[in-house]
Amino acid sequence: MKTGLQTISWRFLRIWQRNWDVYARTWRINFIPPILEPILYLVAFGAGLGYLVGEIPWEGRRIGYAAFIAPGLLSINIMQNSFFETTYTSFVRMYYQKTFDAILATPLNLEEIILGEIVWGATRSLMATAVMLVVLSFFGILSYPSALLILPVAFLGGLAFGAAGMCFTGIIPTIEVFNLPVFLFVTPMFLFSGTFFPLEQLPFWARAIAYGFPLTHIVELCRPAALGVYRSGQVWAVIYLSLFSMVTVPLALFLMRRRLIH
Amino acid sequence: MTQLAPVIAAANLTKRFGDFTAVDGITFAIFPGECFGFLGPNGAGKTSTIRMLYGFYPLSAGSLEIFGRDLHHNLREVKYKIGVCQQDNNLDPDLSVRENLLVFARYFDLVREKAEARAQELLDFFGLIHKQDARIPELSGGMQRRLVVARALINDPTLLVLDEPTTGLDPQSRHQLWEKLRQLKARGLCILLTTHYMDEAAQMCDRLMIMDQGRILVEGAPLDLIGRYIGGNVIEVEEPGGELLEFLKGEGISSETESTRLLIYTADGEALFRRISQQYCSAGCTLRQATLEDVFLKLTGRGLRE
Repeated sequence: MKTGLQTISWRFLRIWQRNWDVYARTWRINFIPPILEPILYLVAFGAGLGYLVGEIPWEGRRIGYAAFIAPGLLSINIMQNSFFETTYTSFVRMYYQKTFDAILATPLNLEEIILGEIVWGATRSLMATAVMLVVLSFFGILSYPSALLILPVAFLGGLAFGAAGMCFTGIIPTIEVFNLPVFLFVTPMFLFSGTFFPLEQLPFWARAIAYGFPLTHIVELCRPAALGVYRSGQVWAVIYLSLFSMVTVPLALFLMRRRLIH
Repeated sequence: MTQLAPVIAAANLTKRFGDFTAVDGITFAIFPGECFGFLGPNGAGKTSTIRMLYGFYPLSAGSLEIFGRDLHHNLREVKYKIGVCQQDNNLDPDLSVRENLLVFARYFDLVREKAEARAQELLDFFGLIHKQDARIPELSGGMQRRLVVARALINDPTLLVLDEPTTGLDPQSRHQLWEKLRQLKARGLCILLTTHYMDEAAQMCDRLMIMDQGRILVEGAPLDLIGRYIGGNVIEVEEPGGELLEFLKGEGISSETESTRLLIYTADGEALFRRISQQYCSAGCTLRQATLEDVFLKLTGRGLRE
């Protein structure tokens, strides 16, 4: 039997459709986090902490703290939506609901199911980002039209984190163990990817580590787009995220096959 | 039946998990329009065999042809024509009853109108139309099971595979499901069934095989198996005396001791029963029809499998 990438057909979209149907049933609840989260963060950090911080130097300019962290919040949102979709949510579908077992008796194969889940995760990132962009626009801290470039970034970043999340789902014994990648993978990135303060504040070695994080590269793409500045370094961020996905997507397919097919 | 090309032809089918052999080189064939049963205690290899039929488990050895096509190379094509009702109730709890059918129809590339019509037909047939908008947890066990079978039929399959379809159901629900399965069989659907219920197998199956420890012990029609391994009747004797045992030994009549009871297997029940009950029976003595359960227990033993 052929396994791996060559067995994948367009049928992975069926999984996307299934998840879309479920999402459409509960869209009101799904919209609450991307609406409320940026407001809460902007009030707490932008107005509260920002009052003490004042302006932040960035790319030879000085910008308000709220304008500085807004792209950071968007980036974190991209990471969390797809990562939590392909970890906790996919695990529940796989392990508790046995949804994948049922689908495996249909013409779909496992690779299509898993790719469908990852692409769905990226779609969640994209949709949440769109909602968040609208909310942030009311604060007048986004520069258009360049801020629209954040949408494709959301999909690419969502793909990277969705695939990474699925790799953890492929190896994790029980759902509680997800605390480990959340604590060791997501939280450090949340804090040290140039989200809440410029990476220049860090010593050289820490900055070098930060550039290994995929979230750093999402921030590198989102901040200039949000502020209406274009930089050459952005090409490298796109290349990094693409390479990261090109490794993690096949790895996730491999790990899930190893887990489910004996 | 044997002149028809088999729906499933398995030869030397083997499944190993590391050192453990779950299915140990079994060979069988199932023919169009037949209801074929897999019987066996827990761990006999029934579910492992079923999982190989829809590609969930790759074969460790042997060959498997479904609809005359090698499953290994034609898995996707074959799966379009199989309906599978797995042992777990793996209905989609995020979707309603009707959506469960419609979403499944999409996996088989049914266009929307056809899927709607087919879902309507199945909801009617399985008596679920009044629950079509309910969520899965709102359904009773019997309804959930019927929906799983309905879902397995959404693609209008040529072969229906049922892994313990009535486990955990009350007698009413079981009989209702049997009735539906009989109707499907009458329409010519080929059904493969695993079960722990001997009455279910005796009622539903044209032919069956009893498996144990990954091997086929016997194969045949239910009544033939009863006749072949038990005879027509069973005489149960409570606390049998030594004289009776000697009498049976002398006559060459087969029997089995089960704690304080003796089970005597015989083709000619009445005459033997009269003789035993008059001459050798002190505590209690009954004559009954032999069942598939007698065959099953005789062949697989009475020890627990856990």
